[in-house]
Amino acid sequence: MEVVGAQYMRNVSRTAKVADYVFRVVAGFCASSPAIFLLLIAGIVVYQSIPVMHFMGWSFLTHTRWDLGNLYGAMVKKNGVTAPVGASYGGLVFIVGTLLSSAIALVIAVPIAILTAVILAYRVRGAIAWILSILVELLAGIPSVVIGLWGILVLVPWISAHLAPFLRHVLGCIPFFGGQVGSGYGLLASGIVLAMMIVPIITATARDLLLQVPLLAREGGLGVGMTTWEVVRYISLPYVRDGLVGAIALGWGRAMGETMAVLMVSGNAMNILPSNLYSPISTMAAFIADQLDSAQTDASGMAVHALSELALVLLVITLATNLLARWLVRPRHGRRKEGVAK
Amino acid sequence: MKRRRRRNAFSYLGWSIAWLAAALVLFGLFDLLVSIVWRGVRSFHFAMLFTPTQGVAGGLENALLGTFELVLIAVLFAAPLGILGGVYTSEFAGRRTAAAIRFLAEVLSGVPSIVIGYFGYLLLVLQFHWGFSALAGGIALTLIMLPYILRTTDTSLQQVPHMQREAAWALGMTRSQAILQAIWRPAAGGIATGLLLAIAIGLGETAPLLYTAGWNANNPSLQLTHAQVGYLTYVAYTYLDQPYPAARDLAYAAAFVLLVVILIIQLVVRGLVWRTTNRLQGRH
Repeated sequence: MEVVGAQYMRNVSRTAKVADYVFRVVAGFCASSPAIFLLLIAGIVVYQSIPVMHFMGWSFLTHTRWDLGNLYGAMVKKNGVTAPVGASYGGLVFIVGTLLSSAIALVIAVPIAILTAVILAYRVRGAIAWILSILVELLAGIPSVVIGLWGILVLVPWISAHLAPFLRHVLGCIPFFGGQVGSGYGLLASGIVLAMMIVPIITATARDLLLQVPLLAREGGLGVGMTTWEVVRYISLPYVRDGLVGAIALGWGRAMGETMAVLMVSGNAMNILPSNLYSPISTMAAFIADQLDSAQTDASGMAVHALSELALVLLVITLATNLLARWLVRPRHGRRKEGVAK
Repeated sequence: MKRRRRRNAFSYLGWSIAWLAAALVLFGLFDLLVSIVWRGVRSFHFAMLFTPTQGVAGGLENALLGTFELVLIAVLFAAPLGILGGVYTSEFAGRRTAAAIRFLAEVLSGVPSIVIGYFGYLLLVLQFHWGFSALAGGIALTLIMLPYILRTTDTSLQQVPHMQREAAWALGMTRSQAILQAIWRPAAGGIATGLLLAIAIGLGETAPLLYTAGWNANNPSLQLTHAQVGYLTYVAYTYLDQPYPAARDLAYAAAFVLLVVILIIQLVVRGLVWRTTNRLQGRH
């Protein structure tokens, strides 16, 4: 069949085809850059940790003593690796600090974030909803150094003067809440600043999830005589449960990897496990940031390798939580719309 | 009847607690903003913007310029990589490849920033012998910004209707010509938004720079390697510990300047988003 006007159709020129190909290849290379960077990060960090893996073995994860040894004395050889005398690299304090502070952050942040999301999704609309959502997103954009500064200026004095004595007074009979109140710098302060940083993440995701709950399901709840709160409690929240767990896991990963705010309020503990809620701690991320100077003074290079293994442990834990979160929030109902269907 | 009253009371209680939680979040945000701005305004002088740091006092000129240099380097790397990567994900990649790229970008954005900084230290500062330098810091920031730019570019291109592509192809354009001449236009606002947000993130980062950029009390030179650079977040973090009031003032001022710049960028972005959504709604 003859196409009308076919004589006016022009073939795509050769240059255009070549240009198309070149553009596609360049864009493809750029698209692969996250993969390349990830491989590079993992490769370098693993490679640099090998000496300490030999030196410490699994006790890196179970020992509490982190000691760079006598940096100006003789070297010893152990398991084929040369290190300063008395050196010991035990990361347990920092692993425990990371897990505990992020757990406290979750205990504080999860109820607050979910309840806030319920309000944002169901109780406000129009301009007020828009402004409140923006404020929550603003909180997510505040740099961690600024939050740490707020922690030092406002939070730590308040904890040492009011919150910690109050908690000890009320809950003191429970082991973890009793004991020395300390300076305010410590586990509780770290948990609260971390909560401050993950509330907006969880709130934003939870609000979007709650808005996706079908109106019919909620109206059905009201129709059978539920109160509005019971609709939220027994229909909306169970409907989005998997997504919520994913959002929480995402926040957890963020809390474990957070550096500056924790570094500023944690009290930078070394070689000692926290004894109560108010003890100074340190997290893996904060400790790496804190050890810059000592890493440079160790001529044997073992301090650099040890911090590298700490970074590796942190990377593995946060990636595992992140993957879990992605798996839980993955879209299940219907496929994502594609721009160019293939 | 009694049961009904109890349930109503529970409903009332539940909503009260929820409102309380929302109020607590807002209170936290306002307390933070007010205390930082209050300290900042009292410590900030405009002369600080034009004086470099001297010892524990002086100004912020070196840190400001250093921050801009680092972010500029990061944008120069991250913007092409992220935008072209996003274009590939949305326009060229098949369903599975696109899903894999999105997944990897999200994994990269989940890597803790201190790990990225330490990676930069191990590879760029030590292995490549660049020393603490603008280029090492810029590349560390690139790794932070890249996944955001890629994802926002991808999502804004996904929202362009398929018909626009078909129209462009029907004119005899190749896929690249269609993207470069037609499809990017409706997505441009979204891409710009992503870029601005990535810049705001880069401005506020500290952890990736501690191990890569170092610190310099002088204004940054144009030397890319073997010259340390100062940056604002370093002042806010380090000078707070100094026992001198002048140093602390500098830390408050640095946090204040940082907060103001980031808030302005955030508000501009919201304005942009609000305008485009309003315009789109007006058209339909």
